[in-house]
Formats: sequence, C-alpha cells, structure tokens
Amino acid sequence: MTKEQRLKKRYRAEKRFKMYGLISVSLAVIFVLILVQNIFSKGSSAFSRTMIEVEVNYDSSLLELDSPINQNSLKDADFYDLAVESLLKIYPAKDSKEERQILRLFSPDYEFEIKDFLIKNPNKIDQVVPVKITASDDIDQLNKGNFPRDLPEDRRRVSNYQLNIYDNLVEKEKINKKFNNYLFTKGDSRDPELAGIGGSLMGSFFTIIICLVLSFPIAIMASIYLEEFAPKNKITDFIEININNLAAVPSIVYGLLGLGILLSVMEFPRSTPLVAGITLSLMTLPRIIIPCRASLKAVPPSIREAALSVGASKFQTVFHHVVPLAMPGTLSGTIIGLAQALGETAPLILIGMVAFVVDIPSSPVDPSASLPVQVYLWSEQAERGFVEKTSATIMMLLGFLIVMNFIAVYLRQKFEKKWN
Amino acid sequence: MELNNSKIKIKAKNLNVFYGKKQALFNINLDINQKEVTALIGPSGCGKSTFIRCINRMNDVIDICKVEGSVEIDGAEINEKNVDVVTLREKVGMVFQKPNPFPKSIYDNIAYGPIIHGAAENKDQMDNIVETSLKKAALWDEVKDRLNEPGTSLSGGQQQRLCIARALSVNPEVILMDEPCSALDPIATAKIEELIDDLKKSYTIVIVTHSMAQAVRVSQKTGFFHLGKIIEVDSTEKIFKNPANKMTQDYITGRFG
Ligand SMILES: Nc1ncnc2c1ncn2[C@@H]1O[C@H](COP(=O)(O)OP(=O)(O)OP(=O)(O)O)[C@@H](O)[C@H]1O
Ligand SMILES: [Mg+2]
Repeated sequence: MTKEQRLKKRYRAEKRFKMYGLISVSLAVIFVLILVQNIFSKGSSAFSRTMIEVEVNYDSSLLELDSPINQNSLKDADFYDLAVESLLKIYPAKDSKEERQILRLFSPDYEFEIKDFLIKNPNKIDQVVPVKITASDDIDQLNKGNFPRDLPEDRRRVSNYQLNIYDNLVEKEKINKKFNNYLFTKGDSRDPELAGIGGSLMGSFFTIIICLVLSFPIAIMASIYLEEFAPKNKITDFIEININNLAAVPSIVYGLLGLGILLSVMEFPRSTPLVAGITLSLMTLPRIIIPCRASLKAVPPSIREAALSVGASKFQTVFHHVVPLAMPGTLSGTIIGLAQALGETAPLILIGMVAFVVDIPSSPVDPSASLPVQVYLWSEQAERGFVEKTSATIMMLLGFLIVMNFIAVYLRQKFEKKWN
Repeated sequence: MELNNSKIKIKAKNLNVFYGKKQALFNINLDINQKEVTALIGPSGCGKSTFIRCINRMNDVIDICKVEGSVEIDGAEINEKNVDVVTLREKVGMVFQKPNPFPKSIYDNIAYGPIIHGAAENKDQMDNIVETSLKKAALWDEVKDRLNEPGTSLSGGQQQRLCIARALSVNPEVILMDEPCSALDPIATAKIEELIDDLKKSYTIVIVTHSMAQAVRVSQKTGFFHLGKIIEVDSTEKIFKNPANKMTQDYITGRFG
C-alpha cells in the first residue's frame, strides 16, 4: 500500500466514525423529543380545569342557621340543599333520574365550593350570585376535546341529555377554563378533577431532605476517611469492594431492607417520608461515596506535598486544600445521587408509600405519597382525567430532575472556574 | 581544599530506603554542612529525590516506602517515632521539581505557612512576611501589584520562585531543592541560581541537579549517586577537577548517565 492509499484509508475511517457518531446522536435526540412531545401533549391539559358558572341563590332559610350569621356558623352549616336547588336550575329536568344527571355534571365537591364562596364573601347572603363550580371529570374531558361525541350513547360516559345541557351552557358562555390550582394544592382523590400532587410534592420534599441530611455528611466523612486517612490494607480493600457492590444493588432490595428492619423490627410509622428518606439514604450513600472519592483522588498529589512541605499536618492538608478542591465534584455527585433518589419508585412501594393518602403531609411522620409513586398510582387508573394528571406529574418530576442537574453543573463550573 | 571549619548540619548514617521489596538507597552516609550549598548529582533513577525526601520525612507519605538508618539534624535523630514531622518540616523546607503553587492567590500562597504556624499576630505582620519572602525569592517586583491574582496564573519560572518564597515564609533552617530549574529557561535559571547564592548566607541548602554546570556554579560540596549508592562526596572543586572515582569521572564528562 502506498503512502497515499494509507492516507485515503485513514480519512475514510475518520469520516465513517464521524457519521456513526452523528447517527447515534440524532437517534438519541429523536427519542428524547418523542418522549417529551408525548408527555407534553398528554399532560399540558392537566394545567387547566373546566368551570361551570351557576347562579347560586344564597337563601339563608335553606341553611337552617340557628345562630347569628358569621364565618363560624357558616362553616358549620349544611349547604347541601341550597347547592342542589341552585344547580338544578341550570336546565329543566323531568324526573329524578335527570336531576341526578344534572348533578353529575359537577364535581362531587360542589357543596363545599359553594360554601367556601360564601365564607369568603359573607355579604352575599340572601343574594343570587354567579359562582364558578368545578365541572366533573367527564365534562372536563369533553370540554378539552378528549371524548369523541359521535359514539352511540351507550358507549359514552356522557348521556344525550347531559350533552344537550353542555351545549346549552356553552352557548350561554357559562362554561370556561381556568388555571388548575387544584393540581398543586390538593392531595390524591378518587375523582380526577379533584386530584392534585400537593401531597406527593410535600412527601417527595420531606423524603429528599431526610435523605440529604442523612447521606451527605456520612458519605463525605466516609469518603474523606477512606481516601485520605485509612491505611491501605485488606480490610479497606474489602470495604471498597463492598461499597462498589452496594452501589450496584437493585433499589428494590433496599426497599426490602426498609420493610424488614425499619417497619417490622423498629416499627417506624408506615408510608411516611421518614422511612422513605432513611431507606433511600441507604441506597444513596454508596452512590455518593463513589464520586466523592473519585474527586478526592483527582486532587493532584503535588498539592498535598506542597502543603505538607510547609509544615501542615495531615489533617490540615486534607481540610485546607484537598477537600475544597474536591468540593465541586463532591457536590455535583451528591446532587446527582439525590436526583436518582427522587425518581426512585420500587423501594417506596415496598415500604407502603402506595397507600391512598388524601391529606397533604405536614411533617415527615405523616403518611404520604411521593411523586414517582403518584405517577405509578395514577397510571393504573382507568379515567381519562388521570392520564393527563400522570403526564403532568411526570413533567413536574422531570422538571425537578433537570433543575437539580443544572444546579450540579452550575456548582461544578462556579467552583472550578476560579482558578482555570 | 577541605572546609574543616564548617559545622555539620545534617548527618545521614547507614541510610537504607525500600519501596516495597525494591531497595532504592543502600547504606548512604553523607554529611551536609551548615550555610553551604550541597549539590547531589547522578543519573536518573539513582535515588537523589529519595534521599532528600528522607531529610524532611516526605517519604512517610508514600505507603510502601520504608526508611531504615539514621538522619540527624543538629545532632538530633529525626527518624524516631516521637519526632513531630510538622515541626521538622517547618525547619526543613522543600522546593519540588515541578512548581506546585496552591490554587489560591499569590498572597495566600505565601501566607498559608505562617498562618498555620501562628507566625503573625496581625495583618501588618503578615503583609511583612509576604513581602520579605517574595523579596528574598526575587519575585516581589514582578508581583507586588497583583498579589490577589491566582498563583497559577504566573509563568513557570515565576511559579517556581513563588514556591521558593513559600518555603522561605516559614523561616526554615534547611531548604531542599529537587531540580528546581528543570522546567525553566536560562534567564529564570540564572535568577534562581543567583537567589541560591544569596540564600546560602542564612540557610543550609541541598540541591538536586542534572546540570553539571549548575552544580559547579552554585555548590560548595557535591555528592555523586549511582544506583542507590553514594559513589563519591567531596568539595565541588575536587569532584569536577580531580575526582577520585573512575565512575564519577565518566559521569561528569558525559560518558554515561
Ligand atoms: N513512589 C515510588 N514507588 C516505587 N518506587 C519508587 C517510587 N519513587 C521512586 N521509586 C524508585 O526509586 C528509585 C529512585 O528514585 P528517585 O526518584 O529517588 O530517583 P532520582 O535520582 O530522583 O531520579 P530523577 O533524576 O529521574 O528524578 C527509582 O528506581 C524509582 O523507580
Ligand atoms: Mg528526582
């Protein structure tokens, strides 16, 4: 082969390699785009909620108030009769079956929404006021265009009678959409239009905080000790191998550990962020220790020698020079470890985080769900309303992961930029 | 021409050093005189660095390294368990082959040693230490307006002088220099040699070098190492004019090594 032929061959090989690289990068980008498009197209409608405007007659005689009207007496009052009477006025009904169909246009919480409006505006008593009431899941989906209307009636969730009312209300401009604040303020619910991720958001928050508080200091101390102070012998080799193995253990095994020890033996409260945080910190520990040790190891030995040669002790060398230089790697390793913990589902299912919890947890020992588990729970529901909620939750989760990764990158760059 | 009147500062006796099973130094006996420059020469891998690292116990850092035998400074053994290495290294400073400033400002590079030893009581005293150290290392004029810039932003030669200033800042008695000019151009080298000449008035200096010319220029005494053994030690003049050993002769005339 002549020199020229070899040169041509080399160029061809380089070109081919570049092409393979481009193909794989484009494939990756396409998959990501498909995923994101899919989630967004399904999930974006979850951020709005359909409301039906109803003329409510706040007739005090229907409330059977026995004390003077004030906020407390209103809170105790029963608004059911008042609510039903006003709601049934939106359309003529000929029998009780049709009346039930009218009521089913609204979310089951209509009674409380009507009550809350009056508590907020007590001066409206004995007046007729337009109030916007959350529509039921079926009307919500119909309004968002997710239900085909041309199916035969027995295969539709909305009857012809309800469709007529809906069209009539649309004509009168009584149906409108607003930002769905319930998605963030409410806990789980059997009714999709009333379900929110407020509970699982708080649950995930408490879990991650506990995980951070437990795993970060332990991991930092363990890696500094192992990397800088521990003698290199069989025992430390053994520990090192074990840490690497633990990082590769499937997460569900940690769930079993949490179930077996934290719940059964130590009798911690079930389904709580406390148990979830402890379990996940066990899982996260080795995953933080490994990048921490790597970044400590990456500090050049010449820096250690420099410090030692001016008479710094081992301890001073490590804490004045090595640890600060390793900080960016350590922090980003920790954040990525926490991000993994945030997205973890399997171990949480084992420790009972799958329970149906309506209340928003106010402390780490209250039962709660977490974001990934909420995704899992809602994805199993049949109602169309939960499909968009599932995607919306995934969007929130992805959002948090992206933010955490950005923080990791930012910290790394901020601390490294200083000297280079 | 023996320098009988000079006092012995460092005395190595029957020094053997092992890296794991491999022996790097064999039975080294070497006296280093006070306020003098002693040059160590020899082919690569013969154990020069290993030897000077014995003087400030820097070999302690290497797990597999084992030192046997005795090194005395001012008559006191340093290889004993109860010797505090921090105090020892305060007394015996070191400049490494490759400049290794801390990734901190020029000021902080110099101030670090005095800070950990509590050498300055206030900012003024610290400023003073920084200034004198930089002046001694002939770097002050070049950096006095940029003390807050990172030490790593200096040129290689300036970094090496910064490291010398850092070694001087804790006021040592002995300075060990491991090929301090190997990465420098002739001008920077000349500056550092000038500096060494100046420093020997107040410090005992041990310098490892691969340049025969440098050994002749800066040192009063020279030791020739070969394969972990000391072949010949004598006054620099004698070694380079009339060496007793054939191997030394061959080495300094460039016939091997
Ligand atoms: N950390 C170490 N681990 C194992 N062996 C080492 C280590 N440091 C040095 N050695 C060995 O010890 C011997 C002496 O090395 P040393 O660094 O003292 O040589 P040197 O004379 O300084 O060489 P050079 O002029 O190239 O710097 C060499 O054979 C080297 O391989
Ligand atoms: Mg060397």
